Amino acid sequence: MHDTPLQPARGAAAQAPATSGRRLLRLTADLSATGEPALWALGGALAFGVILIAGFLFMISLNGIVTFWPKPIERVELASGQVIAGEPTRAGRYRVGQDVLAKLSGEQRAMVQAQDGYADRTLYKTANFDLYGDDFRWVSDYERKNVTAPNDFYLFERQQWGTFVGRIKHLAIDGKPAAFDYRLMQREQSAARKRFAQIRQIERGDIGAVNYQLDQQRLAIRKAVLRHGEDSPQAKAVAARAQSRIAELNKTFAGLQERLKEIRAHDQRYKATLEEVGGRTVDLELSQIVRFYPANELSMIDKIGIYLSRWWEFLSSEPREANTQGGVLPAIFGTVAMTLLMVVFVAPFGVITALYLREYARQGRLTSIVRISVNNLAGVPSIVYGVFGLGFFAYTLGGGIDALFYPERLPNPTFGTGGVLWASLTLALLTVPVVIVATEEALAAVPRSMREGSLACGASKWQTIRNVVLPKALPGIMTGMILAMARGAGEVAPLMLVGVVKLAPALPVDGFFPFLHLERSFMHLGFHIFDVGFQSRNSEAGKPMVFVTTLLLLALIVAMNAGAIYIRNRLKRKYSGPQF
Amino acid sequence: MSTATAAPQEHRSAETAYHIKAGTEGIALDIRDFNLWYGKSQALFDINMPVQKGLVTALIGPSGCGKSTLLRCLNRMNDLIDELRIAGEIRTAQFDIYGPGVDVIALRKRMGMVFQKPNPFAMSIFDNVVYPLRVDGIGNRAILEETCERALRAAALWDEVKDRLKDSALGLSGGQQQRLCIARGIASDPEVLLMDEPCSALDPIATAKIEDLIHQLSGHYTIVIVTHNMQQAARVSDNVGFMYLGRLIEYGDTDTVFVNPKLTQTSDYITGRFG
Repeated sequence: MHDTPLQPARGAAAQAPATSGRRLLRLTADLSATGEPALWALGGALAFGVILIAGFLFMISLNGIVTFWPKPIERVELASGQVIAGEPTRAGRYRVGQDVLAKLSGEQRAMVQAQDGYADRTLYKTANFDLYGDDFRWVSDYERKNVTAPNDFYLFERQQWGTFVGRIKHLAIDGKPAAFDYRLMQREQSAARKRFAQIRQIERGDIGAVNYQLDQQRLAIRKAVLRHGEDSPQAKAVAARAQSRIAELNKTFAGLQERLKEIRAHDQRYKATLEEVGGRTVDLELSQIVRFYPANELSMIDKIGIYLSRWWEFLSSEPREANTQGGVLPAIFGTVAMTLLMVVFVAPFGVITALYLREYARQGRLTSIVRISVNNLAGVPSIVYGVFGLGFFAYTLGGGIDALFYPERLPNPTFGTGGVLWASLTLALLTVPVVIVATEEALAAVPRSMREGSLACGASKWQTIRNVVLPKALPGIMTGMILAMARGAGEVAPLMLVGVVKLAPALPVDGFFPFLHLERSFMHLGFHIFDVGFQSRNSEAGKPMVFVTTLLLLALIVAMNAGAIYIRNRLKRKYSGPQF
Repeated sequence: MSTATAAPQEHRSAETAYHIKAGTEGIALDIRDFNLWYGKSQALFDINMPVQKGLVTALIGPSGCGKSTLLRCLNRMNDLIDELRIAGEIRTAQFDIYGPGVDVIALRKRMGMVFQKPNPFAMSIFDNVVYPLRVDGIGNRAILEETCERALRAAALWDEVKDRLKDSALGLSGGQQQRLCIARGIASDPEVLLMDEPCSALDPIATAKIEDLIHQLSGHYTIVIVTHNMQQAARVSDNVGFMYLGRLIEYGDTDTVFVNPKLTQTSDYITGRFG
């Protein structure tokens, strides 16, 4: 009696073969029933995504990793009789235009026609921008007469004017002419670089400090005048004190100038005369040569050494040559500092907002509207936040701060212009919806039983949230922070309005009180990519830097996220052991 | 004992039958004419139930009959629910729990509570036990340590965890976690211990340990326990209240209710013939 529901099925199976001769029950399940086609679609979508991301990473890595590898130098004799020398950077095939074809000699035309009107060409980095007015030159195969790889061609990375390709004619060591010797030149060049660093240190560090103090004195006078009036005894006393200090500082300044002149004069006595492939020569102080090597005579170990030293320079020094060469240390520093500041602002703000919204606010229409608005804020284009940041933070708030606290510096703005503080606040505003949403979800996921357990112990609502809910929700909140960080670190558009610059004169952190200068503008890797790739005088020269900087930005974001994920996992282990 | 005065309805065969034991120490909680509504639907009807001091009172009945709701009214845990309305009163010796000006937090400190699922906090065992004292602002290490040991001994957990008080409470087994929750419930030395199906998520051995514990604690604390398990109610309780559809049907001493119930409805439920 109890198995009645099975009866019809059993009956049908038994009768089917007798009536129709067909089996109604198949041995294999229907394809649609097992979900097999859906499985293929789902897996395919995943595979597509993975391939896209892997391809993207592969492209960036490949282009970024090879950039610093030293390339050989080719000397090319052209049909026109001209000779060029440079690094072959890339090659391609193109269709030769009719007007060009018309100008070619018969032999060359035959060559092109043999290839159906196409020709191969190679882009040479000829460098020597100061002499040629260009860094690159395309050479088509029909123009090329003879290609050699001469051993006496060197590649020089210069402090100014970029790269130089050519021979070394002779040296001047301590004012006396000397025959060229690679070892000698290497030794003298590294000594000259030390002098260069010394000059830099005096210019930037010592003279910078004197200038800073001079500025402080000037501002002190101005402040006293603004506060007490032009002819008041207080202002006069301050001015007198400041004047004596200024005189002192000026003496120091003159001393430093003197010392600088000495070193420079000494430096002038060490020079190299370089000769480009066409025979024109350039005199160059050894201290102006950042790096030089015989491109066609390098062993593998030499190449690895140059490769690593270029990476080190990239990571540890300041940019030169309109950001297309040198390092990106200020940009790395700016990116990290701004992102961390942003986290400092967004974390409490977002978490507190979410706490109120989820735990205290009466859940009703108003909270729904607030919640929807917050979610919509995440979709506002970031440049809009940039405009808001500039208008509200920099001009209104910053202008107000200047008027109140820095009247003596006006009309030069202190906080009233873009700076790392306003940039991180703008980004905090941009990312706060992410944090709010993640925190709300994390709070909602805390089991009711835990809250009740705490309340039943006589804990107040705040004690419950503080001791039980927040610790339990912390990993989820951290996930929100990680998402916000990833978004914020990669954002560029709003930063261009609120404080990012092409070349920052000083880092936001230095040795002068208060050490952390939140009002200063800064450099950012994302903007650096844009600037090098699209704003420099020579985008071809900047292209490798674009990829390297992109690689670095990715690595930096991955590193910051990995750090945050590590912290989150530790918290997770701490707050949720093996659950019952 | 007085009886409820609600109008008779068809599902109710008779008015509540009362035959509780003569209280030795008086009444700990006196529930009088208690009604409760969730929004528009009424969940409790005219509950009249004196809970005797120092005894174990069990609430039994089918799912959804209002046992847990009634229990959670005793320490006002239901306050968290919006649109909740009550009528009637629950009196302790001194005051009405739902009276005006009652400090809910102070009230809950007098009522330890143990939940259906063990809910230790993500803290050390020690911090879990002394949590009620900590939120009360007691920071004296000596007092906390003494309380922790006393509560854990009372909850028969001391010997198992005394060497790892600093370890996370989440590393304990389910039965140990539940005894930890009991220790937490009695740490602030409350008058009443409320237990909402404390063994429903535990295996039989852990259940037996908890039941032993309830035996030991009775006398010292007034215990109100909600359970689905008839045998458990018979084993641990002194008085049993049988509830059905939001009404207290029969309330009396355990031996009588289980051996010789006054109402057929009760005996139907107890013998499993119900519904």
